[in-house]
Amino acid sequence: MITEYGHFALALALALAILQTVVPLLGVAWRRGLWMDFGGVAARWQFGLLVFAFGALAYAFLTNDFGVTYVAQNSNSELPWFYRLSAVWGAHEGSLLLWALILSGWAAAVSRRSETLPQDIAAIVIAVMGMISIAFLLFLIMTSNPFLRVWPAPAEGADLNPLLQDIGLIAHPPILYMGYVGFAVPFAFAMAALVRGRLTPAWASWARPWTVAAWCFLTVGIALGSFWAYYELGWGGWWFWDPVENASFMPWLLGTALIHSLVVSEKRGTFKNWTVLLAIGTFALSLLGTFLVRSGVLTSVHAFATDPERGIFVLAILGIIIGGALALYAWRGPQALAGNRYELVSRESFLLANTLILSVATVTVLLGTLYPLILDAMKLGKISVGPPYFNLVFSLVMSPLVVLMGLGQFARWKADSLRRLLIQLSWFVGGALVIGVVVTAELIPGTRWRAAAGIFLALWVASSTLSGVWARVAHRQHLAAALGALPRSFVGQCLAHLGFAVTMAGVALTSTQSLDLHTRLAPGEKVTLGAYQIRFLSLHEMDETNYHASEGLFAIEQGDKQLSEVRPQKRFYRVRGISTTEAGIVPGLSRDFYISLGEPLGDGAWSVRLHIKAFVRWLWLGALMMAGGGVLSIREKRILKVETMTAANTLGSIG
Amino acid sequence: MTPRRRRMWTIGLLVCGMAIATALILKAFQQNLMYFYSPGDIAAGKAPSNRDFRIGGMVVKGSVKRDQKTLAVRFTLTDYAHETVVTYDGILPDLFREGQGIVANGRLNPAGLFVASEVLAKHDEKYMPPEIAASLKKKPSNLDNAP
Repeated sequence: MITEYGHFALALALALAILQTVVPLLGVAWRRGLWMDFGGVAARWQFGLLVFAFGALAYAFLTNDFGVTYVAQNSNSELPWFYRLSAVWGAHEGSLLLWALILSGWAAAVSRRSETLPQDIAAIVIAVMGMISIAFLLFLIMTSNPFLRVWPAPAEGADLNPLLQDIGLIAHPPILYMGYVGFAVPFAFAMAALVRGRLTPAWASWARPWTVAAWCFLTVGIALGSFWAYYELGWGGWWFWDPVENASFMPWLLGTALIHSLVVSEKRGTFKNWTVLLAIGTFALSLLGTFLVRSGVLTSVHAFATDPERGIFVLAILGIIIGGALALYAWRGPQALAGNRYELVSRESFLLANTLILSVATVTVLLGTLYPLILDAMKLGKISVGPPYFNLVFSLVMSPLVVLMGLGQFARWKADSLRRLLIQLSWFVGGALVIGVVVTAELIPGTRWRAAAGIFLALWVASSTLSGVWARVAHRQHLAAALGALPRSFVGQCLAHLGFAVTMAGVALTSTQSLDLHTRLAPGEKVTLGAYQIRFLSLHEMDETNYHASEGLFAIEQGDKQLSEVRPQKRFYRVRGISTTEAGIVPGLSRDFYISLGEPLGDGAWSVRLHIKAFVRWLWLGALMMAGGGVLSIREKRILKVETMTAANTLGSIG
Repeated sequence: MTPRRRRMWTIGLLVCGMAIATALILKAFQQNLMYFYSPGDIAAGKAPSNRDFRIGGMVVKGSVKRDQKTLAVRFTLTDYAHETVVTYDGILPDLFREGQGIVANGRLNPAGLFVASEVLAKHDEKYMPPEIAASLKKKPSNLDNAP
């Protein structure tokens, strides 16, 4: 019965979404304060109803109600309860419900914090988010309803895809969606500003904390996904340039550009048109990502053709929302006034170059992701774009960004001189060069120069960040007190940029300095990998509730000393008849040992993958630092907000 | 420099940078495109011999032969009309099984063997390369005689 209430709550949420859109807009048109405020009330009620609907679906999963088609297709009574819970968002219908739930959550949060916003802007922001809600709730109810029943109810469910039966996958989709969907907020702010013709610095300062919050979630979500691929897929890769990954990476790239452009719009009142375009583009890419992942177009266009309704529906949403936004931009955008002037060497120029390069990088990823799909859809042949394209082009495009980032992050607004910047940087960069040379001498000869390029760039960013901190505190008497007194947003910026350097160093080192060996190994045998010996001790079989596992026991030795033992598994999931690989990993800051079982080759021997992954943890550590930096800079905004609103145009000198 | 000249310089630099970047990107794109061919295409001589491409097909039952000492493996792919022999030196993916559809990246050697650098079988057990699915739809009777 609870399922039916959930279904009903979903329909009611749609009705509220319509009210949330229509009433505040009429309020703005007719200047009625109460009507304008009603949007926020509707948004919070809509959120409550969707929480209930989501809870009802979760209840159906937890109680093994296989009378619900979606539950029967994606769960099984042998699953442990936490995987039954995460199975709620394990497939199409449930993840769309999560999408809608999170969207209404963001709208409710914006309405809670709207007291500092002008009433009309808040009303339009909430109305725009209501429109997006309408589109997705209609999509959910008409094509992908998770509450549909099947009669007679099957006795047992078809099980959750075993690859998704993993702790990392419980948290990954909700966090990723928080990021994706969160970009609806700056989009809605951009629409509100266009409608009211008020692209002011205050507008940028309202939109920025929301954008940064969404960006932080997306950063953590992507890092979790990459981490999951690393330990669950069993071949030691951490990024595959797979279309699904690209779908989340493109909004991240453009969202990064948006954050930086918002800074300039807020502090200097410039780039406002560009900021609005970036806000539209970032949300468009979030929608495109939803389309790519959710329409089935990726498996093949034929799958798309068998269920054209869903794909066409998302494409229509994308077309209407983004087309409408661009039309509004074309109509209202050019009215925005030109901002303050700036010189060629100034922080504005560096930030502009940064956002342009990030946009180009986004386009290159977009090209590689969409071109095969378009060609296939037009029946012009089947092609795929290999990772070498992405690796080569992406590093080429991003290199100038990194060089400019080192120069520009502490350049002065309006005008600066290259000479002054280089002098400020000289000591730290000199030190970094020495470190770089020492590190390079330690690298594996074959790939030394490729790694060195990445390391020097990472050191360049890190040393430039540190020299900026030093410039702030050097003339103070009490160093510790001066460091503690640094503004949060400054610390956040530095932490995020250091995180970027850490990730970059991790990418450069792990992709060139790792060792791997694919070999045939029987219990009792050992092989040498680098400075280590890896011994295959034994293999035993075990039965768990919903799978059978073959577990190997490996010892990692250096000289006569045993460093650690690893137990990789090969699992066979009975219900779906699928095998998965559970890698055995010994984590470490400078290297991971990574062992996974391939397949039995007869006579007790197995094919085995042995990896020593150099500095692989740095990838995710850096991502966490970036997200942490974002969080710090959000916390600062609350304090500054009043100031930015009153002294909107005069805040030129904060640096 | 006057503001006007400065602006011209900025725009000029931007345009040049964009043009060079676009040219490099498109060149890399062109070089890394991989086309997809079926065993039938290869039999008809459509597949290139000097660059990598993708092949897709069903693994013929009983065709998987392993080397006793190394990881080398050899199997036959079919689109139920033509067959291509594939060799691979490495670990096959979890979902690789006889009678199932897979995709491999690699190139043809002079003897007409497909030397795979990567074997993919990353969808579920019902996955079939789309081209095979299409050709099966055309000739459903072939399913029963399938090897």
